[in-house]
Amino acid sequence: MSGNTTIKTFVIDGNPVSATESETILDVARQNGVNIPTLCNMSGLTSTGQCRLCMVEIAGSNRLTPSCVTKPEEGMEVVTESPRLLKYRQMILELLFSERNHICAVCVTNGNCELQSMAQRLEVDHVRYEYLHPKFKVDGSHPKFEVDHNRCILCGRCVRVCDEIEGAHTRDLRNRGIQTLVITDFDGPWGESKSCTSCGKCVHVCPTGALAEKGKSVAEMAKRRQFLPYLVMRRKGASK
Amino acid sequence: MSQKIMIEQVTRIEGHAKVSIILNDDGAVQDAQVHVTQVRGFEKFVQGRPFYEMPSLTARTCGICPVSHLVASSKACDQILAVRIPTTAIALRRIINLGQIIQSHALNFFYLSSPDLLLGMDGDPAKRNMFGMLDKHPQVVRDGIRLRQFGQQVIERLANKRIHPSWIVPGGVASPIDATTRDQILSEIPEVLGIITRTLDWYKKSLNDYQEYIRTFANFPSLFMGLVTKEGRLEHYHGNLRVVTARGSVLADQLAPDEYESFIGEAVEPYTYLKSPYYKPLGYDDGMYRVGPLARLNVANECGTPQADQELAEFHCLDKGAVLSSFHYHYARLIEILYGIERIQQLLNEPDILSDNVRAHAEVNNYEGIGVSEAPRGTLFHHYKVNEDGIIQSANLIIASGNNNLAMNKGVLQAARYYVRPEKLTEGMLNRVEAVIRAFDPCLACSTHADGHMAMQIEMLDPDGKLIDTLTRE
Repeated sequence: MSGNTTIKTFVIDGNPVSATESETILDVARQNGVNIPTLCNMSGLTSTGQCRLCMVEIAGSNRLTPSCVTKPEEGMEVVTESPRLLKYRQMILELLFSERNHICAVCVTNGNCELQSMAQRLEVDHVRYEYLHPKFKVDGSHPKFEVDHNRCILCGRCVRVCDEIEGAHTRDLRNRGIQTLVITDFDGPWGESKSCTSCGKCVHVCPTGALAEKGKSVAEMAKRRQFLPYLVMRRKGASK
Repeated sequence: MSQKIMIEQVTRIEGHAKVSIILNDDGAVQDAQVHVTQVRGFEKFVQGRPFYEMPSLTARTCGICPVSHLVASSKACDQILAVRIPTTAIALRRIINLGQIIQSHALNFFYLSSPDLLLGMDGDPAKRNMFGMLDKHPQVVRDGIRLRQFGQQVIERLANKRIHPSWIVPGGVASPIDATTRDQILSEIPEVLGIITRTLDWYKKSLNDYQEYIRTFANFPSLFMGLVTKEGRLEHYHGNLRVVTARGSVLADQLAPDEYESFIGEAVEPYTYLKSPYYKPLGYDDGMYRVGPLARLNVANECGTPQADQELAEFHCLDKGAVLSSFHYHYARLIEILYGIERIQQLLNEPDILSDNVRAHAEVNNYEGIGVSEAPRGTLFHHYKVNEDGIIQSANLIIASGNNNLAMNKGVLQAARYYVRPEKLTEGMLNRVEAVIRAFDPCLACSTHADGHMAMQIEMLDPDGKLIDTLTRE
C-alpha cells in the first residue's frame, strides 16, 4: 500500500469507523462486524448494486443508498438498520419470492440457500404479492450442471464470476423485467456452449438452486465457495 | 321418486371424500358412490422437472406415507440411471419402507378405527375418537401411540426427518447408518413386539363381536393383487405381482411390474377424481381387485418371519379361499405390523448393514423408468418418461388407494343396503358406511391438510335437489 493513502473517518450505526479510498460502506461495515444484508454482492466480484438489499440511510439525505457501490465520505453518518430499511428489505424479498418459483421444500438447495436464509433472517413470513411464476424451461443439456431459471433471482453473480474470474464470459443476461434470463453464449443450450469451460464456478456462486450440479436430490446441493478468495488473491498477486 | 343421501365429509380417513347413497322410488338403497373431491395434478406439473427431483416432488403427494412415494419414485429413477444399486441401500430402503408401514397401520388401526371397534358404531360421535378412547381404553391408546412412534422413529433415525425426508435418492440412499442408530432401533424391538403381540391377542378374542361387520363390510368375491418374492413370500419392496382369485387360487403369478400397462387398465368415472384401475384380462369391471394388507396376506404363501408366519397361518383359516371381508383389513394390518417389526430386526442384523457403499451414481441411461413397491395401502406405481437431458416428459402414478376404488364403491353399496333405513336415518347407520371406507384406509387426497373442519353432513334430496332431511355432525 502506498504511503499517501487517505483515510476517511465516518460513523456506522453510531460507531466511528475509518475507510481507505478504495473501500465501500459495505466493506467497512463488514470489517467492523456490521452484517448488512446482501444477495447479489460477493466478495471478490465487482459490486453492481442490483439486489438493493444493502441499502442504508445516510444522515442529511432522504434517499436510500446502496452500500456496496457507495464510498464513504468524511464525517458521513450511516444507519444500517431501521424500521424503514427493514420494511424495504422485506419487500424486496417478497417481490423476489412472488416473481419466480421459490418453493423451498422441493428445491435442491433447500437448507443451503441464501435467499431462504435471508428471508429467515429478515423474518419474512408472508408474501403479500400475487405469485407470478412465469414458466421457464429447465436447461439440462450440460452433462454436469443444470440451470433452472424458475429459481433464478437475477443477481448476476454467475455472469460476473465467469467473466471476471474464469475469463470465459459464457454467461450474460437477455430480455427485460420478469422475462430476463441468464443465457449461455448466444442463448443456446448450455451443453452446446463453445466458450464454457465446465469449471462450475457459476454453479457454486449462485445463491439459490437456479444453478446446480445434476443428480443432486432435494436439499443436497450445498455450494462450495472456498475457491473464490484464493483465486482472487492469486489474480491480484499475478497483476502486481 | 328417487332420493339421495349424502355423507359429506367422510371422517377419520386420510383426505376428503363424500358418499352419495341413491334411493329408488320405493325408498330402498339403489346405488352408492364414493366421490373423491380433490384433484391434485401431480402428473401434469412434474413435467419439465429434472427426474432426480421426482422422489421429493412426488413424496408431497402424501404427508402420511411420503416414504412410500420416495421408495417407488427412487426405484423408477434407478431404472432411468440403469444402475444396480448397492445391497446395503436396498436393505436400508426396505427398513424405512417397513417403518412407514408400521406407523401408517398403527395410525389407521388405533387412531382412526379403534374408536368404532371399542366404543361401538353407535357411540356418541363427540366421544367416538381418540379422546373417548383415552377415557375408556387408555392402554390401547398408549400402545397405538408407541407403535406409531416406533415406526416414525425408524424413519427419523435413518433419514434424519420424519415427514418428507430426502434421504432415499435415485441410485440408493444419501448416507449410511452407524452402529448407534442400528443398536437404538434393535434395542426397542422387544418392547414393540410385546405391544403388537398383546394387541393381536385382544383383537383376535374380540373378533366374535364383529361377526356382523365381517359379514357386511365389503365382503364379496374379488381379485387380490400384491407383490411377492420368487418363492411367493410377502414382499413390500421388490418382487413381482401375483393375482389371486376369490377362491384363493393363483390367477397370474410373477407378473413383471414393469409391464403393468399390459395387465392394469385405468377407467375414469364421472362422479370422482379417483381413477378406477382394473385387471385388464378380465375387463372392466369384472377385473375389480383389492390391494393392501388384506390382499398382500391373501397372495402370500408365507411371511418369512417366525411370529408373523404363525399369525398368517391362522389368518388364512378365516375363509376357505381368500379372506374376502374388507373388515379383515384391520386384522391384516396388525399382522403386517408384527411382520414389519420382525423383518426390521432381521435386516438390521445383516452383516453389511453398516456398509458405506449405499449409492450408485450415473447419468441418464434409460429414457423410461417404472418403480413399483408396496405402500401401506397397497401396490404403488410410479412411471416416468424423460428426454436425453433427464427432464420429465410424462409421469403416471397409480396410487395404492386408487387400486381399491372399485371395491370400495361396491363395499359402500353393500353396507348402505344393509344398514341404511332412509325412513329412520340415524348417525350410526351412516357411521357404518364410513367405517367400511375406513377399513380400506384410503389415503384419498394423500394429504394431512384439512380444509375447514371435518364435519359430516348428510342430506336427503329429492330428484329436483329439494332438501328433505338433514343430519349434521359438527
